Amino acid sequence: MNDMTVVDNTVETQSIKIAAKDVNVYYGEAHAIKDVNVEIEDKTVTAFIGPSGCGKSTFLRCLNRMNDTIDICRVTGDILLDGEDIYDKRVDPVQLRAQVGMVFQKPNPFPKSIYDNVAYGPRIHGLAKNKAELDEIVEKSLRRGAIWDEVKDRLDKPGTGLSGGQQQRLCIARAVATEPEVLLMDEPCSALDPIATAQVEELIDELRKSYSVVIVTHSMQQAARVSQKTAFFHLGNLVEFGPTGHIFTNPEDPRTESYITGRIG
Amino acid sequence: MPTIWLVLVLIALSITGFFLGRHRALASANGNSKDLHSLPVYYGNNVALTALVPALVVMAIWSMAQPLIIDSRVSSMIPESAIDEGSTRGLVMSDVRRVAEGLNIAVAEGAMTREQAHDLRSGFSDIRGRLGEVGVALGSEVRPEVLRAAQRYRQASSTGNLAMTIVVALTALAGFGWSYSRTHKDFRARNVVERGILALLIIAASLAILTTVGIVLSMLFETRNFFGLHSWRDFFFGGTWAPNFRGDSELSFLPLLWGTLYISVIALLVAVPVGLFAAIYLSEYAGKATRAIAKPLLEILAGIPTIVYGLFALLTVGPALVRFFGQGENGILGVEWMSGATSVLTAGVVMGVMLIPFVSSLSDDIINSVPQAMRDGSLGLGATKSETVRQVVMPAALPGIVGAILLAASRAIGETMIVVMGAGAIAKFSLNPLDSMTTITTRIVSQLTGDTDFASPETLVAFALGLTLFVLTLGLNVLALYIVRKYREQYE
Amino acid sequence: MPKKHGNSLLELTDRTKRRNAAETRFKAYGIAAIAIGLLMLVILITTIVGKGVGAFQQTFVTLNVELLENKLDKNGNRNLDDIKKVTTFGYAPIIRGAIEAKVKELGIETPLKSKDMAQLLSKDAAAQLREYVLAHPDEIGKTVEFRFLAQSRVDGYLKGRVSRDSIGNDKNISAAQLDLVDALVKVGVIKKTFNSAFIFGSDASDARPEAAGMGVSMVGSLFMMLVVLALALPIGVAASIYLEEFAPQNWLTDIIEVNIANLAAVPSIVFGILGLAVFINYMHLPTSAPLVGGLVLTLMTLPTIIISTRASLKAVPPSIRDAALGVGASKMQAVFHHVLPLAAPGILTGTIIGLAQALGETAPLLLIGMVGFIASNAPDSVASGLLDPNSAMPAQIYEWAKRADPAFYERAWGGIIILLVFLITMNTLAVILRRRFERRW
Repeated sequence: MNDMTVVDNTVETQSIKIAAKDVNVYYGEAHAIKDVNVEIEDKTVTAFIGPSGCGKSTFLRCLNRMNDTIDICRVTGDILLDGEDIYDKRVDPVQLRAQVGMVFQKPNPFPKSIYDNVAYGPRIHGLAKNKAELDEIVEKSLRRGAIWDEVKDRLDKPGTGLSGGQQQRLCIARAVATEPEVLLMDEPCSALDPIATAQVEELIDELRKSYSVVIVTHSMQQAARVSQKTAFFHLGNLVEFGPTGHIFTNPEDPRTESYITGRIG
Repeated sequence: MPTIWLVLVLIALSITGFFLGRHRALASANGNSKDLHSLPVYYGNNVALTALVPALVVMAIWSMAQPLIIDSRVSSMIPESAIDEGSTRGLVMSDVRRVAEGLNIAVAEGAMTREQAHDLRSGFSDIRGRLGEVGVALGSEVRPEVLRAAQRYRQASSTGNLAMTIVVALTALAGFGWSYSRTHKDFRARNVVERGILALLIIAASLAILTTVGIVLSMLFETRNFFGLHSWRDFFFGGTWAPNFRGDSELSFLPLLWGTLYISVIALLVAVPVGLFAAIYLSEYAGKATRAIAKPLLEILAGIPTIVYGLFALLTVGPALVRFFGQGENGILGVEWMSGATSVLTAGVVMGVMLIPFVSSLSDDIINSVPQAMRDGSLGLGATKSETVRQVVMPAALPGIVGAILLAASRAIGETMIVVMGAGAIAKFSLNPLDSMTTITTRIVSQLTGDTDFASPETLVAFALGLTLFVLTLGLNVLALYIVRKYREQYE
Repeated sequence: MPKKHGNSLLELTDRTKRRNAAETRFKAYGIAAIAIGLLMLVILITTIVGKGVGAFQQTFVTLNVELLENKLDKNGNRNLDDIKKVTTFGYAPIIRGAIEAKVKELGIETPLKSKDMAQLLSKDAAAQLREYVLAHPDEIGKTVEFRFLAQSRVDGYLKGRVSRDSIGNDKNISAAQLDLVDALVKVGVIKKTFNSAFIFGSDASDARPEAAGMGVSMVGSLFMMLVVLALALPIGVAASIYLEEFAPQNWLTDIIEVNIANLAAVPSIVFGILGLAVFINYMHLPTSAPLVGGLVLTLMTLPTIIISTRASLKAVPPSIRDAALGVGASKMQAVFHHVLPLAAPGILTGTIIGLAQALGETAPLLLIGMVGFIASNAPDSVASGLLDPNSAMPAQIYEWAKRADPAFYERAWGGIIILLVFLITMNTLAVILRRRFERRW
């Protein structure tokens, strides 16, 4: 672990963006997440790490209620976004997801043009009054996604024609186009090659300035490189949560230590 | 039925061969089966198959070829003068075959003795009348040339049949003897038998090609006869369908094509929206329980035979439409727009109902093969389910759904019973969906059922129509299957 | 707390409300589509049952018939050949006498002559009685109780199909005759009972719908299915084994595959044309024979069977083949000893479904002449079952639907019930087989 460069936690203490209290998730009979309590700060990259099947992705999907699309999934406990319970009956997940965007493991551009991919979110949420505004949003988002220069000449070409890394950055641009407050990323680099991974990681660090970013990763190096806070999940439990540097250099729980040193995983 | 007897004898020979072959192999190894190259059954099978299969193949080829050869032989007997103007050699030959067949039946039923049939002279005896008594109707009195040819035809057929029996029997015996003599403990029986079986498997698989070739050839052949009797210009570019068995028919397929397409379009207008929305609901919204009940129930509609839909069109939907749009003052709408139960709308609606499950199950498959990641991407951006379906899933599934609709269209165009019973028999170009109209399939049925005379253009036109139908549906199918296959590959 | 979107998650924006309304509408379209489909199914089934169930009941008239010796056996020696010489015309007066006597005995007032009374009976009545006498010559001279078929208008009257208003100018029945029917129903002489002859009997001519049955055409269908089973199953399985297990990837295999996919979608009537051109016009097989029907349906069913058989072969995991090859079996042995038995339930299911499809198919049968004559005699041997002209269930239904008399329509619907019972049984069997033997690897 000596090649690890721990990012210094230079950002000052932030307001709490998402607070989870006693969250339990069940898939039918299976108890997938057990009593998880966590507070995610604004303008911070929070990494969820842990061995496969530990529940980190499941928990991530709870944060914008993507689990609603799975019939047998049941969530108890409270998850507060800016102090409002997102599982409240009055909350429409559609509105929630506009504020809590998501980027997926495999790049999944729609079979439409690059422009339409990015414009999709603003269109359905009615964020642009006219074509000029929409153009502006698309350009801004693509710039934020650090892909504008590569695609500006072929906005009308299908998004599926891009390379893997470009596709993933397009998906990130697509997610930021709805102006979310939180960005959830589910192993965004697992399907990418090292160069594309480096580009996306750089982008994540950039995004931290405007958003609260939560990233699930199976790569400890990646967590160390991009995050300020790290949460370690094991068998559905949140074992340890704290500043990334602290977790990686001085874990308190023996399970965290085993995982970081490569004994479990 | 000598053919059946021949087959039975062959089978008996083959079974005997099995036991003898096995016995001989064991004997050559002094009863110790471990000394044999292959298991004893393979030696038996070797003899059995070698005795049976080549003989059966010879028999099949012979029975296919014999009519061809005899036909060409006999047809050269007919002098040019015996062929009327406007007729062809092929048509005279069909008369010859009919007379020959009639004589056979007459002999079989005891209405004539073998000698009488052989020595018949036209003019001396009323052949038409006598054959009519045994149920073989002839169009006109038999002319001497035709009668002579028919007798020659009978004679050649019976000689041919006898020769075939002999040749087949010899082939079987030769196969039996050869394989039996080769049976020895060092003989690689398993390899030989397995090669033989592989050959049989290949033949079975080639039957699909043979069927297609059969379809195309049989229709091409008769279509050529048709165009010999009737102008192809009238068929393709004329505007009227008016068959007249006294001659001077106008036989254009355009009005029929119009009826076919009109009915198909109505059917698709019913089936596509309903089937597509049903598929969307089942794959995107319905819970497991709903899906488990609704899907098989809908598919029952696809399992109901078309005759049932035909009856439904004729006796239920048609009269119901008449109650709305016909009957003048007594009708529900008080209008007199419809004169009978059969109409484009009747057939179209019922066909649409039949196609609902076809469209829905094909679309269901296709919608399900759109990757879940695509839906997640859209839902993750805060799209509602319907927005996801309309703006992401549907565009992604579009090629596949177009393919499914083309397949449904091909079904609609080729559907027979519903239009035979529900569409009517009037060939015309009309835009009124309450008019009775006719289709390609309906006309094929009506031209080829009842008393048909395979020498008249009015009958032969059915083959030209059949070929048109085949080409039309084949084109749609190939296109649709290609699109669907390409679509599947995209997500695999 | 700063909010970029300016409003709380707990309040729905107008836009969200509109979008949710659109969502609800879209979902409603889906539900409506399914409802339409299911409604059609319900309408279809209720129509079939409602209109067809009547065919399973038939109206009979029970009379005491005096089998007069001087009319039926003038010589009095009970010689069957002599008795046969008496045609149905000879029996008509006896029947007239019987019904007149019955009416008189019951003391029913009617202006009708005995000829008009006898019109209440089926035109088949005399033939029915003659058949009975030929079977029981000893009964001549005695008086026997005999159950005659009522004519179709009387039957329709009892079933509500014919009413006093509807008979108008019908020359087959008059109001006075219906009065007599009412009186006879009251005393139980005319009665509606279960009609096994509809299921087991033979077809009858245009004028006698009350005597028509499905039995003979059922036998025709049975023989066709036997032909299909005997040919399509082995050929289909053999073709599938070759394509799935042995075929090399080359142009020939491609052509075969494309061919099979296309044949599965070729309109059934085209197979009828093929049958007519090849089996009847070229090979001179007999018209209307179940053998020809079976051959045509075999060609039509083959692609279905091949497609489902290949799917079941594909479902057997390669590890099974490897295991067999690993212990030294040849490829052929691996397929026939291991793969084929494991795929058998799936093959069987596919075959049953293919057979069910073939059983309901009508269009090709029209072209090879299985419609248009009266299937009156059941075949007496396998050869005659295959080669003698016969009808088939769907062809018989079509035949009845073409005849103008509403009494035949009732029989067509009834025929459909029988056909559907067969289809449902076959499909249920296929589902049970699939459930019972379904294997998940």
